Amino acid sequence: MNNDVAIIGIGLHPFGRTDGLSGQQQGAHAVREALKDAGVAWSQVGVAYGGSQDAGNADALGNLLGLTGVPFVNVANGCATGGSALASVIAAIQSGMAEIGVAVGFDKHPRGAFNPRPRDWGLEDWYGETGMMLTTQFFALKTRRYMFEHGITDDALVRVAQRAFRNGALTPHAWRRRELGYAEIAESMPVNLPLRKYMFCNPAEGGAALVLCSARHARKYTDRPIIVKAAVMRTRHHGSFEVFSPGLAAEQAPAPTVTASRAAFELAGVGPRDIGVIQLQDTDSGSELIHIAENGFCEHGEQAHLLRSGATEIGGRLPINTDGGCLANGEPVGASGLRQVIEVCAQLRGQAGQRQVPGRPRLGYTHVYGAPGVSAVCILQAG
Amino acid sequence: MEPNPLPRLACPGVVAGSADRPVLVGSRCTCCGEIYFPAAQGCTRCCASEMTAHELGAEGRLWSWTIQGFQPKAPYAGGEAEHAFQPYGVGYVEMPSGVKVESRLTVADPERLEIGMPMRLTLIAYRQVAGEAPVHTYAFAPAA
Ligand SMILES: [Zn+2]
Repeated sequence: MNNDVAIIGIGLHPFGRTDGLSGQQQGAHAVREALKDAGVAWSQVGVAYGGSQDAGNADALGNLLGLTGVPFVNVANGCATGGSALASVIAAIQSGMAEIGVAVGFDKHPRGAFNPRPRDWGLEDWYGETGMMLTTQFFALKTRRYMFEHGITDDALVRVAQRAFRNGALTPHAWRRRELGYAEIAESMPVNLPLRKYMFCNPAEGGAALVLCSARHARKYTDRPIIVKAAVMRTRHHGSFEVFSPGLAAEQAPAPTVTASRAAFELAGVGPRDIGVIQLQDTDSGSELIHIAENGFCEHGEQAHLLRSGATEIGGRLPINTDGGCLANGEPVGASGLRQVIEVCAQLRGQAGQRQVPGRPRLGYTHVYGAPGVSAVCILQAG
Repeated sequence: MEPNPLPRLACPGVVAGSADRPVLVGSRCTCCGEIYFPAAQGCTRCCASEMTAHELGAEGRLWSWTIQGFQPKAPYAGGEAEHAFQPYGVGYVEMPSGVKVESRLTVADPERLEIGMPMRLTLIAYRQVAGEAPVHTYAFAPAA
């Protein structure tokens, strides 16, 4: 208990497209905002972890923030970069290595779908050349199979996207702030059926940073600390259905999301029913749909009813992606996981404005999932 | 009659047999028996590293499917002009061993694809560029 770590500062560079600012500049902006929020100077920071996928090394932020000699570790862990940076800072603070730590993620991706190189993934060139190495295809194939196994129709996919853009419209810093009608989503261009244009998020730019310290000292800096009850990262097991898989094992195994989620709940000593505000990886409508159940918030197949009944809306029993998630904010890979944590912190502090979840939520949950089969889960508690 | 030899393939290592009767080749762990497509260097199930070649056959059932609706960027090498791009089907086909093989499908019409339908292996020319020999890959077609 007394080894808990608290978030004392949050900072964001709004996601979207910011011509004229590099990814690193957006990352440095986020760090400055988080330091200001915590009332801490960069020179007081004793450890930092961070990363980006396409915008360079995090320790180069020192050139923008000041060269203080701080141990600054570069993290390269795909979609789990932010979550891994956060887990590492927490471990460093718990070990007594530093009193104050910073976790930062940022990115700036080229427009359009990511184009991976097969060799980087241990695959042969033909897999890419013949047109099968696309993340959008994977999401569609996994979603199609899931909907078949659990009797879910396209309606659920439309409702996930509709809620994301509805919440995005309430979020001042969101990238996509226009609500979309049901038909506009349902009839948008087929990208990879069953997934259509408005059911996918876009690569984007942005930065996100957190300042953390031992929970014992948190009140020195803020009267609204957020305690990190769990920050867990897991990778895939043999048999889980992952992106860029030319073949799948005969016997399926649970996704890394399932193992990360279970470990986080166990560590925090709470269950899905205790959580008042939720962020789930929604690179596409299908992923969020699957993640609701994989994280334990409902049984497989129950999602269609939850979505139709309004349970996942801001005023519902399971408020999901209250800032519009990746669908409304885009996905700067390095920053995305920390944006989720920042949104949950804002909700637990009661600072979420028009999108504030009513009834003072006390516990929040964040989940990222990405290639090649990693997941990071955090459980946060209002201090 | 001699069987027709295999055409120019993007993926010569995963297809055996003849042009008329292609079969997919993967590998099998000599330690625990787990089967892989494409052939694996090591077993992710039991961590052993001794593998032998294993034929997966040419028939299976459609396990999941999608339609690639836009022209992919590199590393895709279809080579057609943007205006000439035609959406194509992609799916997983469950082979008799239970292994699911990701594959191009010969059909790109959602009305003609259904999970569970029987599929048969074939070869398609995925790259047809003037002045060079067409490049083929394996694909699954609905079994008549
Ligand atoms: Zn084995």
